[in-house]
Amino acid sequence: MSDRQERDQTRVWMQQLPSGDVRVESPLYHADLPSMMAINDDAGADTAGGVALAELPLQAHLVIRGRAEAPGFQESLTQALGLQVPTRLSSVSDGSQTLRWIGPDEWLLTAPASQAFDIETKLRAALPGHVAVVDVSGGNTILLLSGLHARSVLKKSTSYDVSDRNFPLGKVVTTTMGKSQAVIRRVDELGWELIIRRSFADYLWLWLQDASAEYGLSVHE
Amino acid sequence: MLYIHCPYCEEHRSEEEFHYKGQAHIARPDDPDNCTDVEWADFIYRRDNPRGEHKEQWYHTVGCRKFFNAIRDTQSYEIKTTYKVGEQPDMAAGIVTGQQGSNAS
Ligand SMILES: [Zn+2]
Repeated sequence: MSDRQERDQTRVWMQQLPSGDVRVESPLYHADLPSMMAINDDAGADTAGGVALAELPLQAHLVIRGRAEAPGFQESLTQALGLQVPTRLSSVSDGSQTLRWIGPDEWLLTAPASQAFDIETKLRAALPGHVAVVDVSGGNTILLLSGLHARSVLKKSTSYDVSDRNFPLGKVVTTTMGKSQAVIRRVDELGWELIIRRSFADYLWLWLQDASAEYGLSVHE
Repeated sequence: MLYIHCPYCEEHRSEEEFHYKGQAHIARPDDPDNCTDVEWADFIYRRDNPRGEHKEQWYHTVGCRKFFNAIRDTQSYEIKTTYKVGEQPDMAAGIVTGQQGSNAS
């Protein structure tokens, strides 16, 4: 029996996505964002100005650890996901899956929720050597912040330089957000993605409402 | 506020993203079962308290979550350089020597 087979026999991992009859709640379930979307519609809010916020709840989030320079690691990861492995402070996306550099030996992959277990299984089979793949879907949620004043909100919330010169499209940084933290990715000219921790979601939701109040906040799907 | 260069992120980040993690380059005794109490106490407890340049560990807590080393002036707070774990500082040789060991962190 090879080392790998022996190791696999002692490993246990599971499908963490609940089956259809179990209710799943995002960490912002209690904030009832859908009711705020209805308010936008009623008031005919101007979504071009101000700040627009959307949650991308219940996605697959996988932490991938391994040595970037280990033989075969990057090749196997690329082959399994169909994505190049992003280098320092960058990301690679195919529209469905996004892979982010978090540290020199850590990446964060997001994908549609239903794919978490399949991707995890695929990566565990594909990656050679001393690696780790962990499903952290339940620990995070994704917020999308956009609009003409989204950057102004970020400037109030983090000490990181979010100017065009320092923060081009596709760049990813983990940094402070309020008194918590976020993995921030520039998704387009006016759009920013924040990956935040479940336990800080309510705090950051309150923080972002407060920080965007002066520009006008609208909530979207 | 300090503006600290992370050798892994390869850019300057604000101090609030980091934590100080004590003196750097403290070598663990090779054979703890057979070292003297003084050697063990040196490793566990005794630290330098220099006035001037100090080699220390920092942790990029809210960032790449990597430990790295810095040389900081304890009087002026100036950080002379930062370098990765396992590396030696890229500076004039004078301040590289003269501390305990060099094979740890
Ligand atoms: Zn860093």
